[in-house]
Amino acid sequence: MKFIVCIKQVPDTTNVKIDKRTGRLIREGIPSIINPEDKNALEVALRLKEEFGGEVIVISMGPPQADEALREAIAIGADRAILLTDRAFAGADTMATAYSLGSAIKKIGKYDLVLCGRQAIDGDTAQVGPQLAEFLSIPQITYVLEVNIEDNKIIAIQELEDKRVKWEADLPALLTVTAEANKPRYPSAYGIMSAYKEKEVEIWKMKDLDVDEKRIGMDGSPTSVKRIFSPEPKGKGEIIKDEPKKAAEILFNRLRAKNIL
Amino acid sequence: MDYSISKEYVLLRKTVREFAEKEIAPVVEDMDREGKFPHENIKKMAKLGFMGLPISKKYGGSGTGMLGYCIAAEEIGKVCSSHGTILGAHTSLCCMPIEMFGTEEQKQKYLIPLAKGEKIGAFALTEPNAGSDAAAIETTAVRDGDHYILSGTKIWITNGDIADVVIVLTVTDKALGARGGVTAFIVEKGTPGFSVGTLEDKMGIRGSSTAELIFEDCNVPKENVLGDVGAGFIVFMKGLDCGRLALAAGCVGGAQACLDASIKFATTRVQFGKPIWENQAIQWMIADMATEIYAARQMVYHAVWLKENDQRFTKESAMCKLFASEVLGRVIDTAVQIHGGMGYMKKFPIERMYRDARVARIYEGTSEVQRLVIANMIRREVL
Ligand SMILES: Cc1cc2nc3c(=O)[nH]c(=O)nc-3n(C[C@H](O)[C@H](O)[C@H](O)COP(=O)(O)OP(=O)(O)OC[C@H]3O[C@@H](n4cnc5c(N)ncnc54)[C@H](O)[C@@H]3O)c2cc1C
Repeated sequence: MKFIVCIKQVPDTTNVKIDKRTGRLIREGIPSIINPEDKNALEVALRLKEEFGGEVIVISMGPPQADEALREAIAIGADRAILLTDRAFAGADTMATAYSLGSAIKKIGKYDLVLCGRQAIDGDTAQVGPQLAEFLSIPQITYVLEVNIEDNKIIAIQELEDKRVKWEADLPALLTVTAEANKPRYPSAYGIMSAYKEKEVEIWKMKDLDVDEKRIGMDGSPTSVKRIFSPEPKGKGEIIKDEPKKAAEILFNRLRAKNIL
Repeated sequence: MDYSISKEYVLLRKTVREFAEKEIAPVVEDMDREGKFPHENIKKMAKLGFMGLPISKKYGGSGTGMLGYCIAAEEIGKVCSSHGTILGAHTSLCCMPIEMFGTEEQKQKYLIPLAKGEKIGAFALTEPNAGSDAAAIETTAVRDGDHYILSGTKIWITNGDIADVVIVLTVTDKALGARGGVTAFIVEKGTPGFSVGTLEDKMGIRGSSTAELIFEDCNVPKENVLGDVGAGFIVFMKGLDCGRLALAAGCVGGAQACLDASIKFATTRVQFGKPIWENQAIQWMIADMATEIYAARQMVYHAVWLKENDQRFTKESAMCKLFASEVLGRVIDTAVQIHGGMGYMKKFPIERMYRDARVARIYEGTSEVQRLVIANMIRREVL
């Protein structure tokens, strides 16, 4: 089976600071990492490969430095890595990104499963996976917690806020995987050495793909950012400490005063 | 001169750091209290190729060279000296000598499973009457046809009770002594006549085991002689050159952890209405710690560079071991001082780190012995 995992290199936002004036992330000195949930997606692919055999291909669109993220994916266990890097791809929103990744996946040829992380920690949109599935015209299951393949069908448990749903889809399909799905393995020391000394990351430029230039990069991105700001932290909640009946009455009156009831 | 570290090593450092923080740190306290060997973590480390870092891929290792091994030792040293000690005895003192001196057959049979971490290794030199004076060992190996018969007792052997493979130093010719009379053997667990005696209860590095090994008419085939008959001292000296370097790297890591903890504590602990950091007395302590750690780290990676470039590094590795272990001693002592009473309490890791750090100036040659080695090398250079 052929598994394709889309990964994105992102700044490690766990300790990131925000420039108060521009509202943007201060990227200097912040290490780049593989987007955490992409690692969960890679882990799903590696486990399926261990069970059913095949090949795991990682693909990323990004600047040349994204090479590091792909090599890390190789060190973790991916068999092949492709980097879409070209000035023409720069400034892409989720739609142009999905279109470009999709074009590259079409070039790879026959595949069984595309896996993405649920969302990237820098943009938090969770859009690229679903858009990619639409572009490839394949079924998608999002927010995946558990996966199995039976009789050439994918069976996945989707984790929603209030419930879990079991879905079944024909292959090929696309999954977006959540952080709770698994514990991603570490790269091995021998994998790290091999990723840098023995393996290659394939570089694909715009001209290597069959793409409509108007649909990639900045030009292919209908999204424009109007304003960036840090939302004010919500005020502290208040606990009404009283006997239940009295507390309910206080709450009722407050809500009424705010025209909520 | 290029001090930059290539990307594979940056990733290796990041990986080992994450492993140490997520897998090792949570078990350290329990391990220390109960004196429990971290079997689970050693298995995980084996899977990731951490138990054979400097060993070539051909023999089941990860092929990271001494640089990758020392980077890993430094990162593990930040979190747990017990893990560092277990890894060090296994890698530097068992795997590396077999790679350096073993026959192809020995490498196939012993090194591959050791480097993959499927088997654990140990190194047995010390005896009740032979510590710093290694030439005073009394364990004998007497040739008997195609076997040798080993008799004697080794003490304080790291990994001794769990090791599947032990390198044992013996006397094969008392008259020749250290120059030609000492021979190293590879002895397998389960060899008749080889048993484990008492386990030590220790001040620190309590997660690593320290065992007595007893050899009573223990039959070892002659194919298990490591290096040449009579050349056991060379096996041990070359192994220690690497061992001391990795140990020094671990000390740098340990000292860095003390510094990090001290900075965190000093900037948050408020006395007299301000963080204690605001006192110049504390700032100077921190500055001295940071400076000494910087010096120790440069020494270690320079000596690594010497080794990787096939230059002699015996003197330098002894210097690294001496300096880094003493820096660790000073730094942890200052760290306790900065933490005040909190540094003395078991609920804070500084107390354990203080106990763990002490052995670094003793094992793999005491500080005095390192000075002896350094002075001997200098004498050879000038006289
Ligand atoms: C936790 C732990 C783990 C160990 N693991 C191993 C292991 O895996 N394998 C192994 O073989 N051994 C191991 N050892 C033994 C260790 O290598 C020895 O303890 C060490 O070499 C010192 O020997 P000693 O303890 O007998 O001290 P001694 O040699 O008795 O020394 C006592 C003191 O005298 C000083 N001294 C001795 N001779 C001189 C001299 N000529 N000049 C100046 N000062 C001198 C020493 O520096 C020291 O301060 C371990 C020890 C410990 C504590």
